[in-house]
Amino acid sequence: MRRSLAGRIWPNATAVILTVVFVFPVYWMFSTAFKVRGDILSDTPVWFPTSPTLENFRTAINADHFWTLVRNSFVVTVGAVLLSLFVAMLAAFALARIKFKGRRGFVLLFMIAQMAPWEVMVIAIYLIARDSDMLNQLLPLTLFYTMMVLPLTVLTLRGFIAAVPKDLEEAAMVDGASRMQAFIKVIFPLLAPGLMSTSLFGFITAWNEFPLVLILNKDAEAQTLPLWLSSFQTAFGDDWGATMAAASLFAIPVLVVFLVLQRKVTGGLTAGAVKG
Amino acid sequence: MSVSSQVAPSGAGTPRKDGGGGQPPGEAAGRRREGRPARRVSTGAVPYLLLLPALVATVVLLGWPLVKNGMLSFQNLNMRQLIQHLTEWNGVENYRELLSDAEFWHVAQRSLIFTVVNVTLVMVLGTLTGLLLARLGKRMRLTLSIALTLAWAMPMIGATTVYQWLFASRFGVVNWVLDALGWHSMAEYNWTGHQFSTFFVVTLLIVWQSIPFVAFNLYAATTTIPAELYEAARMDGAGALKLWSTVTYPFLRPFLLATTFLQIIWIFKSFAQIFAVNGGGPERLTETLPVYAFVEGVGNQHYGMGAAISILTILILLALTSYYLRLTLKHEEEQL
Repeated sequence: MRRSLAGRIWPNATAVILTVVFVFPVYWMFSTAFKVRGDILSDTPVWFPTSPTLENFRTAINADHFWTLVRNSFVVTVGAVLLSLFVAMLAAFALARIKFKGRRGFVLLFMIAQMAPWEVMVIAIYLIARDSDMLNQLLPLTLFYTMMVLPLTVLTLRGFIAAVPKDLEEAAMVDGASRMQAFIKVIFPLLAPGLMSTSLFGFITAWNEFPLVLILNKDAEAQTLPLWLSSFQTAFGDDWGATMAAASLFAIPVLVVFLVLQRKVTGGLTAGAVKG
Repeated sequence: MSVSSQVAPSGAGTPRKDGGGGQPPGEAAGRRREGRPARRVSTGAVPYLLLLPALVATVVLLGWPLVKNGMLSFQNLNMRQLIQHLTEWNGVENYRELLSDAEFWHVAQRSLIFTVVNVTLVMVLGTLTGLLLARLGKRMRLTLSIALTLAWAMPMIGATTVYQWLFASRFGVVNWVLDALGWHSMAEYNWTGHQFSTFFVVTLLIVWQSIPFVAFNLYAATTTIPAELYEAARMDGAGALKLWSTVTYPFLRPFLLATTFLQIIWIFKSFAQIFAVNGGGPERLTETLPVYAFVEGVGNQHYGMGAAISILTILILLALTSYYLRLTLKHEEEQL
């Protein structure tokens, strides 16, 4: 296929501009984090740190309870991801492979559940947690985060399971494998992209969650990193170096996970929903 | 009972390679199970058992707060009642007050406009970016993909903080660029000082973070379009517009619908971005429904009122997405 010169330049030029637009804020966060104060508060922007420093990161990490919050964030996030994957997998298998009374109702239930505006239900959740002595604990938080990502996880995995040809599974069962074995050996490996995109979705949702932990866990020992990041900003005002260092530290785990998995995951979430 | 033996994998009509003797697979499977009646009973309960954990989670962790929320919306619940554990029912008073309050309708209208503008921008620009990805060479596509991934993966609170820094009135890089380009009145412009400019920053942030998801999905969808279709359409002398409407769009349609549905939900619900950028200000002029519910309820300690706002928010969201929900259910029906 022949394309004119202009036909080749336009896409590439647009792509370059878009690349800059999408990278710049992330670049600016990291570069500000490494800058000395004079470079940050400069009347003309300093595009590259002139004398890179780790001082901002030191300020950020020296905040009270920092390592406790890091641990809490990981516990809550990983817990929610694993729990939602397990629970969703069972439900998705039933919805994708078995015909039974009320299947449509369950699908509708999860579609509606995924719309739940959690931010506006915090008062109700607070009262429930208060009255059942669940404030300032990590377990209730983990459970609520699990629920936040469960519906989309169920629907997505269901799409992926439905896309696996039934013949494959049957062939394994004819060869003497039990239904469970057939599932583990045949379906499970084909679900990898679905599992990865849903865990990414779960990871980022739980890692980011802010209003619920703000209301439920007033005790610093039971808080998570988003609270640290937001309180940091209030405490340090316009110390943008330290704030950007904190934002960088907060972003790094997610950026790393995404960059590693992105190519395997691309398009996973709706692909699953559509195939269903 | 017919339900108990309806296990999908042996659905009649599925061609099978090993089926000797011309026996329909459905029958064979049925007979196999008939030999073991005990198994038959357990199969009937299997789907429900598999769904049980998810169902329990939904009822306890979502259903209960929702019901509680509904109950609170019929109560007069402020700081005093909250601390003293008092329950003061006041019927539909919260709803009556809300629905007769011009402020509520302003906020609802603002939320709708906010959602429409953002979803449109995200879907149009995201689709174009996805189509662009499909046209690029390998190296450029990888470069743009990495850039998109970075924006997509930025944790929301982190991204909000970065945008506040980009748009900071002093030493913010955006104001410097505008000033350098000759728009000198922007030199120390306070972006969060006005309704429109605050929305501008929030919209930019949301669009920037949402485009990658749409672009990746649409790009993945274009890879499922058989190249021969394009060839054939081109042979027939179809132009770019014709190609889009006869080949590309029909293939992308289900993906576009599903993505739009998710974007409507996510954008209508956006809370952290608006709240963190300026707390719904200046002068509560950038409050959308979720922020309004939070500020009224948690901020101003009118918990009952906040609950009533959130119930109305949920109803509006359901109305917004009902078209897609109906469509999916119909699709589901056809499948069975």
